Amino acid sequence: MFTNAHPIAVLKTEKLTKSFGSVKALSNVDFNLYAGEVHAVLGENGAGKSTLIKLITGVYNKDHGAILLDGKAIEPHSPHEAQSLGISAVYQEINLVPTLSVAENLYLGRQPMRWGMIDTRRVNTNAKALLKTYDLNIDVTRTLSTFSTAIQQIVAIARGVDMSARVLILDEPTASLDANEVQMLFGVISLLKARGIAILLITHFLDQVYQISDRITVLRNGEKVGEHLTADLPKRQLIPLMLGRDLAINDPADSTARITSDTGTNTFLQAEGIGRHGMLHPLDLHVDKGEIVGLAGLLGSGRTEAAKLLFGIVPHDAGDVRVKGKKVLLRSPRDAVQNGFGMCPEDRKVEGILAELSVRENIVLALQAKQGWFNSLGHKRQQEIAEEMIRALHIVTPDSNKPAGELSGGNQQKVILARWLASQPEFLILDEPTRGIDVGAHAEIIQIIKRLCAEGMALLVISSELAEVVDYSHRVIVLRDRQKLTELSGEEITEQTIMQAIAEK
Amino acid sequence: MRNRAFPLIATIVVFIILYLIGFQRFPAFGTTRVIANFLTDKSFLGITAVGMTFVILAGGIDLSVGSVIAFTGIFCALAIGQLGIHPLVAFAIILVIGSTFGAGMGAIIHYLKIPPFIVTLAGMFLVRGGAFVLNQASVPIEHPFFEDISNLYYVFPDRGRLTFVAVVFVLVLLLGIVVAHYTRFGRNVYAIGGSDTAALLLGVPVGRTIIGVYMLSSFLATLAGIIYAIYTRSGYPRAAIGVELDAIAAVVVGGTLLTGGVGYVAGTFVGIMIQGVIQTYVNFDGTLNSWWTKIVIGLLLFLFIALQKFLTSYRGGFSLGGLRLRRPPSPEVKISG
Amino acid sequence: MPENKTHTEVNDVAPRFNLIQSLHRNRRLLFPVVALILILIGDRIIQPNFFNIRVVDGRLVGSLIDILNRGTPTVLLAVGMTLVIATKGIDLSVGAVIAICGAVAAVLISTTTLPPLIVILISIAAGMLCGLWNGILVAYMGIQPIVATLILMVIGRGIAQLITNGQIATFSNPTLEFVGKGVLLGFPFPIFLSLIVFGLVWLLVRRTAIGLLVESVGANDRASFFAGIDAARFKVFVYVISGVCAALAGLIVTADIKGADANNAGLWLELDAVLAVVIGGTALTGGRFFLGTSVIGAFIIQAIQTGIFVSGLPPTFNLIVQAVVILAILFLQSEELRRLFVRIFTSLRKPA
Repeated sequence: MFTNAHPIAVLKTEKLTKSFGSVKALSNVDFNLYAGEVHAVLGENGAGKSTLIKLITGVYNKDHGAILLDGKAIEPHSPHEAQSLGISAVYQEINLVPTLSVAENLYLGRQPMRWGMIDTRRVNTNAKALLKTYDLNIDVTRTLSTFSTAIQQIVAIARGVDMSARVLILDEPTASLDANEVQMLFGVISLLKARGIAILLITHFLDQVYQISDRITVLRNGEKVGEHLTADLPKRQLIPLMLGRDLAINDPADSTARITSDTGTNTFLQAEGIGRHGMLHPLDLHVDKGEIVGLAGLLGSGRTEAAKLLFGIVPHDAGDVRVKGKKVLLRSPRDAVQNGFGMCPEDRKVEGILAELSVRENIVLALQAKQGWFNSLGHKRQQEIAEEMIRALHIVTPDSNKPAGELSGGNQQKVILARWLASQPEFLILDEPTRGIDVGAHAEIIQIIKRLCAEGMALLVISSELAEVVDYSHRVIVLRDRQKLTELSGEEITEQTIMQAIAEK
Repeated sequence: MRNRAFPLIATIVVFIILYLIGFQRFPAFGTTRVIANFLTDKSFLGITAVGMTFVILAGGIDLSVGSVIAFTGIFCALAIGQLGIHPLVAFAIILVIGSTFGAGMGAIIHYLKIPPFIVTLAGMFLVRGGAFVLNQASVPIEHPFFEDISNLYYVFPDRGRLTFVAVVFVLVLLLGIVVAHYTRFGRNVYAIGGSDTAALLLGVPVGRTIIGVYMLSSFLATLAGIIYAIYTRSGYPRAAIGVELDAIAAVVVGGTLLTGGVGYVAGTFVGIMIQGVIQTYVNFDGTLNSWWTKIVIGLLLFLFIALQKFLTSYRGGFSLGGLRLRRPPSPEVKISG
Repeated sequence: MPENKTHTEVNDVAPRFNLIQSLHRNRRLLFPVVALILILIGDRIIQPNFFNIRVVDGRLVGSLIDILNRGTPTVLLAVGMTLVIATKGIDLSVGAVIAICGAVAAVLISTTTLPPLIVILISIAAGMLCGLWNGILVAYMGIQPIVATLILMVIGRGIAQLITNGQIATFSNPTLEFVGKGVLLGFPFPIFLSLIVFGLVWLLVRRTAIGLLVESVGANDRASFFAGIDAARFKVFVYVISGVCAALAGLIVTADIKGADANNAGLWLELDAVLAVVIGGTALTGGRFFLGTSVIGAFIIQAIQTGIFVSGLPPTFNLIVQAVVILAILFLQSEELRRLFVRIFTSLRKPA
């Protein structure tokens, strides 16, 4: 193997550890990156991928362990410092200045000077020559933002590598590229590989991992769970590693207790060909009253995107949505709420909780927004609703006036759940309802989900925890690469079948 | 945004149209006298606006410039008249004071992460108050040096006068263009205005540049104050009220994006000249209320902001009143670490 | 929220525990009250008869009454500005709106035969229109609030000049004058006007859902969007309220001098209003707002100005004092400065 020819790692981490508060984001990770290889780091949300690269590039400072570059311990304190040591990173959101020209971006801060002034002509000729080595022949004087993401990415890579990079970190570089652009980028990656640059790749497109990478490291819950040569790790083995389940073992107990729902007669939501260009391939989906539909798939498979389209957060540009047989317009969450929808978003902090406002205000918000400006609930009624919810969902808070931001993650999640329950929705979308929540709250939230379903609510649940999805779903829709692969129902739903569906070529 | 230069081209077109309208009604618009007067009358505003261009390019704003002009004037008047300091020495002292003041504001903005609007607002109060404390009323400046400077001018064949202050304005303008486009400082200003996070990651010394930008703005405002004192031969604590707004208007009408990162110092010059044309037209007309100048400038400001919004909106669109064209922009997604 | 405090206590199960907690939670709201008292004491030290109130011709006269009376334009502006700032906005145009509405009222009353009440209503409508303009620019065109309201700030005084035709439009009409100079129950009428406006706005936002929804938009606009709140309509609403408040302030200012001065009416009052709101504890970053303490903030500014006036210092010292107050408050509120001090402090202690 090509990689075996380089026994000494360019970049090495030893027992690298980082905690945020009580959460261990990364613990004792040994990671090796060799010259001239593409090394993919894989894992679900919260696995520790981004923490790892932020430690390497100096965005965060480590708690324990060591980072070694060419065998020497380094401690970068900023991305700029890491860059000067020879570690460059290119992110999905490109960190170049969109309003400057391509050439200026390439040479910002290191422009060739003449008579104390920037030699603009040389900036441009050098830029042109530099990009030619990447087979990129473009007008370098044009504004960066007028070029496609792929070209911007290559410009970012070219700048990083030109500033004597030994290690190149690519964080989700293909997330917003189309198929042709991906191949163009891979061409550049192969080129750099041949030059002996060590490349760390983070992506959630498994097909691309198998196309371009030499080696795979899998992280889960902040720990390294495996390092393999890509050739030695078929997809069937990779997915269980990422999800923490063994594909071979099938637990029949999972599916026995399933409640069968009376499908068809009681459809609440029916989406036909709902999709959006560059976000989600059109898919069909229906959810009945008293039914839980699970959306399964890896991170980036399109599960969150589907939820966002259904809730009107991003308007869909294809397909129709019917609620109880009637066609509805979903252009904003407001429309969705008026149609009896509710949604607990994936990113609690940014999209869910109003940290500054009290638990009470957080709980009554959706109901109040639904009722309008003048139909105020009144302080007393708010208090009643809040206290009822606090009791019903066992929210741990001294009183309902405590700022919601001061609660624990699990309790914040319950507050958001309470917000929607107070608005008495008929259909609830839950995006990763149990992520980053302690065990006790986790079980309680699952109980609540089941109870709501029993009471006749229609639910669409997204979760990376397969066992969970298998436990409560009546039907499971499996997604990969932003499209629907298959739909499982009843007895078919097991962790094994879901993983097989995801891994299937 | 298709083309960075589009707003500038629009500005030049507006200038030409306004100038032709003026020329058509008042043929005197074609004389060097009128054009040289533009430069002289607008010299202090122009110098201020060059500084403001850098601030806005870096994504900030400086509301203190009008107060700095007034303070400079009254300081020079008192230093020369009461303390008997030579004007050149007084100028040097006030330029140092002004630059230090600007650097201080920049440091507060950068290190304490307080919005530039608020910091420079406080600066505006402080300096204006300082001007009043120095003296309540207008102080005339009588010094042979001022006479000499006022007598320095070049006469065009048709009796237009290119004055000393106009020359200073043009020099500042040319220097501003060079600094903006051919120095690392200038390019760093553009980079910070385009994306401060990216600039930081690309190794731009953000703190130093921000402090430098506000220092430059205050330095130029002080210089404008000196020019204003020479032009009016007096210092007055109520002078230059609202000049910050005129300067911002000139910069924006000149095609610089208020969000920073895109624009030209030369565009600001055209913005200033547009104000000059409007004012001259209103003056020549005689029947028009002089406040039309402000209103037309304000309307142009609105038009250019709307144009910028239109050019930079990639997904937005807007609705007016009940007429909904597209969705109002939804709140931006924050990128969490 | 001091205005909600009594209510909360009534409903609380364990009042004593919650009283301490709510005092703790609202500790930064104590600051304006304490500051006002300290400034008044300072004024009293400068001028021994500062607290004296006499009755002259059936009206109360004294520095304290003066503070209440002179402070009313800023109080009115601060009420509107509080709501605007709560949505992460700012309204720089209020000074210009004062000039416009004052000019409208003065010109209409002196050149037409319209009844004074209609003139007042038209003037208020002009204020609403200005607010609507700002609101549409901010909410539907997505222009930053500073920039959007700057446009009217630039144009506004020009419009006022056009309305008055460049002169100070004087008038003589007892009804309109009453708005600025009238006496009711011994107190100047503007005090009642500001009290009524404050009360109405308070009821409007706190007795309906508006207050909660405005706070939620200011606290986290993305999460509010996810909860189904249409932030755009709120933004228009708060700018309209701000415009109406500015119109009323314009009427008082105009009636007080029996004339509309387009150049100087309301000059720099927008800055006083922003300052009052910030002193009152509403953060410029939006979210929680405090109408009551904004009003106290306005009186603090007036107490400083009146204090400077009675001390015999030129009124121009106001600007410096205000600048110092702004800077002090900004520094007190700055998280970065606190961190900087902590860092310096710990690095100083380390070697020892």
